[in-house]
Amino acid sequence: MKKNDVKIDVKKLNLWYGSKQALQDLNIEIYENQITALIGPSGCGKSTFLRCLNRMNDLVSSAKIEGEVVIDSKNIYDKDVDEVSVRKRIGMVFQQPNPFPKSIYENVAYAPLKHGLVSKGKECDALVEKSLRSAGIWEEVKDILTQPGTSLSGGQQQRLCIARTIAVKPDVILMDEPTSALDPISTEKIEALMLELKKDYTIVTVTHNMQQAARIADMTAFFHLGDLVEYDETETIFLNPTKQKTEDYITGRFG
Amino acid sequence: MANFTPIKKKEKNIFYDPNLSKRHAKAKIFKGIAISALIMSLLFLFIFLSDMVNKGVGAFKQTYIQVEVTYNAKTLKDTRQLIERKYRTLISRAWLRDIPRLVKENPELMNTTQVVWALADDQVDMYMKNQYYKIRPKHKATLLELIENNRVEKHFNTIFFTKGDSKIAENSGILSAMIGTILTLLVTMAVAFPIGVATAVYLEEFADPNSKLSSFIEININNLAAIPSILFGLLGLAIFINLFGMPRSSALVGGLTLALMTLPIIIVSSRAALRSVPASIRQAGYGLGLTKIQVVRDHVLPLAFPGVMTGSIIGLAQAMGETAPLIIVGMIAFIPDSPTSILDAATVMPAQIFTWAGMPEVAYIERTAAGILVLLSVLISFNAFAVYLRKKFEVKW
Amino acid sequence: MSHFQNKQKSIQLKEDIIKYLLISAAGISVLTTFGILFSILFEAIDFFSLKSFTYFLTGNEWSPGTANSKFGASAIFAGTFMITFIAIAIALPIGVFSAIYMSEYASDKVRSTVKPLLEILAGIPTVVYGFFAAITVAPFIVSVCDSLGVSASYNSALAAGVVMGIMIIPVISSLSDDVISAVPDSLRKGSLALGMTQAETIKDIVLPSAMPGIISATLLGISKALGETMIVVMAAGMNANKFSINPLEDMTTVTVQIVAALTGDFEFDSPDTLSAFALGLVLFVVTLTLNIVSVMLIKKFKEKYKMSSL
Repeated sequence: MKKNDVKIDVKKLNLWYGSKQALQDLNIEIYENQITALIGPSGCGKSTFLRCLNRMNDLVSSAKIEGEVVIDSKNIYDKDVDEVSVRKRIGMVFQQPNPFPKSIYENVAYAPLKHGLVSKGKECDALVEKSLRSAGIWEEVKDILTQPGTSLSGGQQQRLCIARTIAVKPDVILMDEPTSALDPISTEKIEALMLELKKDYTIVTVTHNMQQAARIADMTAFFHLGDLVEYDETETIFLNPTKQKTEDYITGRFG
Repeated sequence: MANFTPIKKKEKNIFYDPNLSKRHAKAKIFKGIAISALIMSLLFLFIFLSDMVNKGVGAFKQTYIQVEVTYNAKTLKDTRQLIERKYRTLISRAWLRDIPRLVKENPELMNTTQVVWALADDQVDMYMKNQYYKIRPKHKATLLELIENNRVEKHFNTIFFTKGDSKIAENSGILSAMIGTILTLLVTMAVAFPIGVATAVYLEEFADPNSKLSSFIEININNLAAIPSILFGLLGLAIFINLFGMPRSSALVGGLTLALMTLPIIIVSSRAALRSVPASIRQAGYGLGLTKIQVVRDHVLPLAFPGVMTGSIIGLAQAMGETAPLIIVGMIAFIPDSPTSILDAATVMPAQIFTWAGMPEVAYIERTAAGILVLLSVLISFNAFAVYLRKKFEVKW
Repeated sequence: MSHFQNKQKSIQLKEDIIKYLLISAAGISVLTTFGILFSILFEAIDFFSLKSFTYFLTGNEWSPGTANSKFGASAIFAGTFMITFIAIAIALPIGVFSAIYMSEYASDKVRSTVKPLLEILAGIPTVVYGFFAAITVAPFIVSVCDSLGVSASYNSALAAGVVMGIMIIPVISSLSDDVISAVPDSLRKGSLALGMTQAETIKDIVLPSAMPGIISATLLGISKALGETMIVVMAAGMNANKFSINPLEDMTTVTVQIVAALTGDFEFDSPDTLSAFALGLVLFVVTLTLNIVSVMLIKKFKEKYKMSSL
């Protein structure tokens, strides 16, 4: 597979929660417009790592971070970088769909208006429609935009959350086990959506489900106890892993 | 969180966004408002407490003047004659009027002249405490002379704690109110505790939680807790005094009225205490063949006891501070002598504070504040004791 | 019957007796609520058989103790409303924002130190607040106004309202703190992940979610203010015929007039004394309604976020 440009360059990333080290000396290059899957057993640090990419770990008072996360030649942990601005460029979708207790329209329109990306009225309406279309949910909600986002089904809510994430026009979308709380049909829909979205965005997703990684990811990274054990094209990881630990995990010897 | 410092070279920083500084400024203001609100609340508390201490601390000392007192048949009949004329306005009349009783108890004083520390009049006391006072210039000169000769001193105000209410400021104390409070709260606890705990036991152990009856009872308890205290006074007036004919102003009526007000607290905290006893205890009891009553009485209640006590102490503390309902049932009468039974007319500490607050003499202001300090100290100790009990007997299941 | 069966019967009897004793104890609280309602209602009906009900609610002359005594309580209601309004104007912003700080910004250490301090404000007997209002706050307001060239009464609505507001702060802040903390963290994370500041998240996402609970807290605060007696008896005015929107003037409230009617020199069954029960009835109905609405709102909120304890 042709290698795309490097979008995110992680150098020597270490993280401690208090005195306990959760991430050890991570070095990884994430490629643009691809889906990179992070897999590994529970507690291996993959979600923690994901949160480092949009500085969500800054919200945990006991977290200490060393190292660099360079995106488009800028280290997001530099002192002159505002974490609020980072999160605009690097969006996140969570495991449990968490739509705001607002209307569907407002869920999508809230952040772009606040960021000043569009002005109220036609411009905003257009952005909302575009985002909902890109998330594959426009046809289902176009007539009920004023209903609360919480009135949708689980799968629809997650697609709504994806819509509001892309409404702020990020470069990267981080996804933390986006389908583990959903039924198989919704999961299928969202996986198809992710394959569409990678054309315009760089996607990094944590998944517990190895089959999912095998289905949709271009690159896969295997984490274990805070270390990046192996990172390669997905096919290689699953059919021809280099490290023994990777093979043990893939074949289900531990998990 | 990393610090954000505005950047000079924007070209190299793709994360630079001019809009952001405005939003961050708004965020700072918002946080600033929130913290000022909190500081204001605490400031109110601080100002209030320091004002009380400031106003009340003076009352714990009282002025005494050293004079010669002549005890004989003539002076005991007309007590003003006990001391020299020029000191008469400076000495408390009440103190003088008490002398005959003193001589009766100590007959050896008869026909002697003694040098004693006499209780000063409240205007002298106010002068000594730099408060507003009314002393005519002639008498003030006498007073200044006495001060120069070290014949004026401030002693600890034992009268405050050993005497009851009085129309004469320097002779007034909080004793009758304290006794009244104790009697009233005894009645309150004697009534509210058993009924409250029994209600809690019924609701937690016997009632079907889904039944209409128990929801109905619960709704009533919640409403009872929200009813303004003054309306309990109206109930006390209409039912206890008018219908049952209980003596007005008595600790009995006041105690019953407060008991009804205290029920919800005792019920709610006892229920929480009972609920915290794990089901396994009860099941063990049933497994041994014990009846429900035996399980509850011998096993559940003892374990729930600390929580029940804590709730009762807190309820008691709250009842201690109530005034409005007791005013309605008449407990703001002038009570110089301490009540001896729950049927005697009585007053309670908060009501005494209320009465004193309405007295015109300046001397009562510091006594009111001192009464407040005494009341607050008692309340704080009760609450602290309740917290201590809760922590000590906190069992971790 | 065997000895065992006899013993079983007597145990069963004892159990039943105790059970019925417990039910009666539980019944006492029900009895009390209805007792209050009926005793007030009974005497109030007595009052309304002598004086007009409509005039009571809408009339504006209150003159007990005169030959042609009139009992129009609208000025009393107006004064009550004014003082309550001042109290809420102070307690609501301070209470809600204190709650916001404690639940969203404060560290655990700060929170655990400050929360009990606010509870102290709640535990101070109201007669003590009344003394503070009458002896410190009211003269302070008068002297400040004097220096500004404005005249203020020693029984100003402002003095009573401000102190009542201070008393109510913990009612609003405590409940608001609970509901704000109960808003799920996932909503906050979702907002922050979109690049919103913490303040924007609180203002646009958390507070609207907590709104039913905050409204409920406000209603409880209003209810407490309406029923408060000692502060107003000691600091507010007695003039039941006065209408004013100037907070520096003296005003009276329902609770003050209840006390005045019952501590006067009138006979018990005279309309002058019975007016207390008419006022008490109004107070009872209004506070009960506020309470019921408040509980319903909290219930709705609890269901929404499936909270088990509040």
